[in-house]
Amino acid sequence: MARITASVFTSHVPAIGAALDLGKTQEPYWQPLFAGYEFSKQWMKDNKPDVVFLVFNDHATAFSMDMIPTFAIGTAAEYSPADEGWGPRPVPKVAGHPELASHIAQSVIQQDFDLTLINKMDVDHGLTVPLSLMCGEKDPHKDAWPCPVIPFAVNVVQYPAPSGQRCFNLGRAIRRAVESYDEDLNVHIWGTGGMSHQLQGARAGLINADWDNRFLDRLIAEPAELAKVPHIEYVREAGSEGIELVMWLIARGAMADVNGAGPAPRVAHRFFHVPASNTAVGHLILEEAAR
Amino acid sequence: MALEKPYMDVPGTIIFDAEQSRKGYWLNQFCMSLMKAENRERFKADERAYLDEWPMTEEQRQAVLARDLNWCMRTGGNIYFLAKIGATDGRSFQQMAGSMTGMTEQEYRDMMVGGGRSIEGNRYLGEDGNAQPHRQPQGASHPAAAPQQPPHSTSKGA
Repeated sequence: MARITASVFTSHVPAIGAALDLGKTQEPYWQPLFAGYEFSKQWMKDNKPDVVFLVFNDHATAFSMDMIPTFAIGTAAEYSPADEGWGPRPVPKVAGHPELASHIAQSVIQQDFDLTLINKMDVDHGLTVPLSLMCGEKDPHKDAWPCPVIPFAVNVVQYPAPSGQRCFNLGRAIRRAVESYDEDLNVHIWGTGGMSHQLQGARAGLINADWDNRFLDRLIAEPAELAKVPHIEYVREAGSEGIELVMWLIARGAMADVNGAGPAPRVAHRFFHVPASNTAVGHLILEEAAR
Repeated sequence: MALEKPYMDVPGTIIFDAEQSRKGYWLNQFCMSLMKAENRERFKADERAYLDEWPMTEEQRQAVLARDLNWCMRTGGNIYFLAKIGATDGRSFQQMAGSMTGMTEQEYRDMMVGGGRSIEGNRYLGEDGNAQPHRQPQGASHPAAAPQQPPHSTSKGA
């Protein structure tokens, strides 16, 4: 049976991708940020998953104003890095896992979550920056990502984004879906985006490190309570784009302890850094207890 | 019954909701067209002519021509869509975000390196933080917007 063995949480700031792609990782501005992911790259090698279920949001790339799905799961065999206006990131194509994705879609829809199915999509920095941070730099042609990825897109562009509670409950449904898949697969679930940031208006540049660190504390220790935080608190305290953090609750909701299936996860790694461009960067790795 | 908008009292912030989305539909779709290299070239060759191809309001066209992102936002633009204009101009997200504050690029960058904009005084309209309407535009070249009151005063009404 497939099982979720770890969850990973990280910001997906586009400037991080640009810093990687332009060879700036050792510049004084960027060095402390990338140092925070050194552990993570080794951890990925030591704990290589068979599949990553990657929760992210599209930033007006694959989805224009033509259609705005609240939750959309990628069931394609492959996804190309998108041209977001600066040209595509020079990273490998992303292999999908159509069989597991289709299984999860069927199971989760039957658990009353109405997912949109995506069979063709280019993936933007929301998906590729976390892969680069966790897997290291990759040649777009000679290298490949270490495993297939199931992209799961959440609308956080047009209000209202789904609530934290809805996201948390969805994570629980995804866990049930994964565990009902026959093949023995080691699955990681990643929640990306955030932390505090605001990209617009007179309040652009907002950072709330205290709130962010409290969010990390609560995500680890009391996620069910954290899920009750309403949309307006994210906007007010963490900035208009800080709402991306609801996506972290999908990944957290898929862990054993909040599904009556095991002890609290182990914190393998925790990192927080300000700034990356306009944004506070947070990062966690939570491991399930061995079974 | 009107849509509930609990976020209207956050200073210096426009939430891209259904109303903004309707207002900004063609502005944002114009921005989306700049994802294609050939459209970026046509836009750069004659901005006015390219904008006239889209059924936007004249105000939205003026806001784009002026590269006034706050104005674009007020007329329904969404920052992720407006970022395509910045990409066409070769500007980073930090340059775009900074341009909305009145600060110079260096001032904004320094603020971020220093830990970002403080939340204090910037949670609710009527406080006295640096994102409040009576403190705009920001930056050393706009001394009129410098603090006039003790930092914890809340006497300014919305």
